[in-house]
Amino acid sequence: MPRVVVTVMPKSEILDPQGQAIVGALGRLGHAGVSEVRQGKRFELEVDATVSDDELAEIAESLLANTVIEDWSVTREQP
Amino acid sequence: MARVGVITFPGTLDDVDAARAVRLAGAEAVSLWHGDADLKGVDAVVVPGGFSYGDYLRCGAIAKFAPVMGEVIAAAGRGMPVLGICNGFQILCEAGLLPGALARNAGLHFVCRDVWLTVDSVTTAWTSRYEWGAELLVPLKSGEGRYVASESVLDELEGEGRVVFRYADNINGSMRGIAGISSADGRVVGLMPHPEHATEPLTGPSDDGLGMFYSALDAILAV
Repeated sequence: MPRVVVTVMPKSEILDPQGQAIVGALGRLGHAGVSEVRQGKRFELEVDATVSDDELAEIAESLLANTVIEDWSVTREQP
Repeated sequence: MARVGVITFPGTLDDVDAARAVRLAGAEAVSLWHGDADLKGVDAVVVPGGFSYGDYLRCGAIAKFAPVMGEVIAAAGRGMPVLGICNGFQILCEAGLLPGALARNAGLHFVCRDVWLTVDSVTTAWTSRYEWGAELLVPLKSGEGRYVASESVLDELEGEGRVVFRYADNINGSMRGIAGISSADGRVVGLMPHPEHATEPLTGPSDDGLGMFYSALDAILAV
């Protein structure tokens, strides 16, 4: 079955304390060149041919992301 | 006697204390089940705290689709008083009954302590018993309690007097120190701290939270 990847990220203007904590940890590990990390989510959906782009958008918008604080994108992976 | 429903989802923790607060205020507490699209004829609803559906995906993201929530959304549309506490506040935001969202605390720490709140609106169904500017001591226990909304929504909330509670010390980084807000009609209120844990000195830091439940009973009787 085709796979669809939905990526959900905190909006750029929303404080991401988890990402900041990761930057801090990287600095302590000696990776001084990393200046910013933002942490999001990746969803992998196995979908059949009946699932349209519109339906995927609805899935992302209504459930997978909270659009008050998160942006989403949908990518169909090539088999 | 007024009847106040208290919803239990899988993972709800504070339904028992919420029901107890309802009884201490002099009303009948009615248990409501997440899977039943039935409010059992109650006059008001409390959506209590905890970790509904394990907080999977996002806090409140799954709970908003529970059968009982469809009834709560419809009842709120008719003006029924609805109170969301902690995870209940997150659920009401996810369900669109209240604007904004609750994000991970600034500084990442789970905060579990008694906090001082300032009452910023006394015209809601849940805060009419308080004086404006009153200070309440109420427990806060949440990891994702940082209130977030767009600047335009924040301006609208402030302009319409819909910021109901603010933290005296903004411990989780909430925008404009907001601890609780209301719907435009003042019937739906959500807050992160736990008034149901502050109903008597024996079990909480104060009885400051009881006023919210008395207020709701006034609102019910005034209809």
